[in-house]
Amino acid sequence: MSTETVVEPTGHTVGRETILAARNVTMRFGGLVAVDNVDFTVHSGEIVGLIGPNGAGKTTFFNCLTGLYKPTSGEVRFMGEVLPPKPREVVVAGMARTFQNIRLFPNMTALENVMVGRYCRTSSMAFTSILHGPKFRREEAETRERAAELLEYVGMKGQGGHLARNLPYGDQRRLEVARALATDPKLLLLDEPTAGMNPQETRQAEELIFKIRDSGLAIVVIEHDMRFIFNLCDRVLCLVRGKTLIEGTAAEVQSDPRVIEAYIGSPENEEGGAHA
Amino acid sequence: MAFFIDQLLNGLSLGALYALIAVGYTVVYGIVQLINFAHGEIFMIGAFGALSTWIVLGWATGGSTAWWNMPLMLVGGMLVAVLTAVVMERFAYRPLRNAPRLAPLITAIGISIFLQEFIRLFYGEIPGFPDAKAAIPFPQIEFFTGDAVDVGGQLINRGTFFIIAALVVCWAFLWWFVNKTATGRAMQAVSQDPDTSRLMGIDVDRIIVIAFAVGAALAAIAGVAHGVRFGNIDFKMGFLAGLKAFTAAVLGGIGNINGAVVGGLTLGLVESMAASYIPGQFGGAAWKDVWAFVLLILILVFRPQGLLGAKVVDRA
Repeated sequence: MSTETVVEPTGHTVGRETILAARNVTMRFGGLVAVDNVDFTVHSGEIVGLIGPNGAGKTTFFNCLTGLYKPTSGEVRFMGEVLPPKPREVVVAGMARTFQNIRLFPNMTALENVMVGRYCRTSSMAFTSILHGPKFRREEAETRERAAELLEYVGMKGQGGHLARNLPYGDQRRLEVARALATDPKLLLLDEPTAGMNPQETRQAEELIFKIRDSGLAIVVIEHDMRFIFNLCDRVLCLVRGKTLIEGTAAEVQSDPRVIEAYIGSPENEEGGAHA
Repeated sequence: MAFFIDQLLNGLSLGALYALIAVGYTVVYGIVQLINFAHGEIFMIGAFGALSTWIVLGWATGGSTAWWNMPLMLVGGMLVAVLTAVVMERFAYRPLRNAPRLAPLITAIGISIFLQEFIRLFYGEIPGFPDAKAAIPFPQIEFFTGDAVDVGGQLINRGTFFIIAALVVCWAFLWWFVNKTATGRAMQAVSQDPDTSRLMGIDVDRIIVIAFAVGAALAAIAGVAHGVRFGNIDFKMGFLAGLKAFTAAVLGGIGNINGAVVGGLTLGLVESMAASYIPGQFGGAAWKDVWAFVLLILILVFRPQGLLGAKVVDRA
């Protein structure tokens, strides 16, 4: 796996900067090897997909990438550094994520949800906010303004005042993206961003992800929807039973018979099940 | 009529006192789902902190009772209360964060007894400080204590004004803090979903400390208000006040700040009105606690989520 500049078939130039590099990551739970010696690299301005049938170790691997799990062996480097131990520090380092099951703050407005995402980038201590100094007021105004910009960016202009729990499903997904972007990430991890979406919402999600990629962020997507992932991703890593089955461009992975076999199952191997 | 207004003001000032303490229960519960039963003692410690501040100031001023003593006493009381609460959180509750719910509950009772006995046994041992084994008269500060004020023929205790003003100011401040500052938004976020908050870059431990500190500061103000209103303080005053305030928090809907205020005022009014207007054997001051807890039982039976009805922690 090279980190030099390569030109993808799409003509999109990637590899300007290595954002995330996982080397020989293995995760064992007792006797079970959930992730077995997986390598993975993400560059800035690149969308990388992570696919695999159920039980392939996607989620475990994802949790290793986000620092929720410490790999049994191997290491994950983010921006050249080993991930810090606390989730909060991972966010501060520049990694943000959305969730497979929407996890917004239901009783806060959309705008407030995004403003919470800004929290780790503001210096306001509780005490200085009590004193209500000019620095506090400036920071508060900036936070509000930036949050409103982000809502507009994800296509939710003018909806900042609605409580998150009252928003339509597609908007809740977009709001999660806006909240993640509010933390000023270098890398955005999307956990099944189109789960439960209709085709139109999926298309909008795709446009949004392209837009974010074009702004220079690195993006990792876990997804079951194969058509979505092959449209979207510059590169795809396919995990099967904890191991890397294949890693390559979307076209390469899509046409690999082993991927189809892993998902649909060949006549001799029925256990994979259909998940595409 | 004058009697009714008297009872109304009595009820409101008592209720405001409960409300100020109840906010501390509710804020902490909203963030960590912990009933901090030592919170009543924080109220007591706040009052003693203010008294100590006045005594120490007295060494320089010769026991001045000028009005400017009051803000200094408030700050002193709040500092002592906040410090106690933060140390308590750090060393007694944080190590039990992931323990079964019963463990911090028992710890809270232990801290409560520890703080009471600490004041009872050691306060008088400090040179220049009065013995705390019995009630101590609270310093009479010019302007804040003294003769009742005549408002259109109605005599009103100055302490009543003090307590109600304290509640209004604290409530407004709290509303602003929770809704209009980054820290307040983070508190709301943690109360709604601590795990996600952590993954969104919020230092949950810090938010918990802030919740304890805010509750303690308000309890300290209540402690001073108690001293001003009732004229004396003692080491066990936190027990019943804490229990009543907890009742008030549940009454209003625990986890909900407005609920704590509404619950506190309701409880105070019910106590005062029941004591004055229920005739015969079950009336009178001796029965007021009974009616207070009867109200709690009725609420728990018919509206277990409390008056303001948020089943989960709602917008504060």
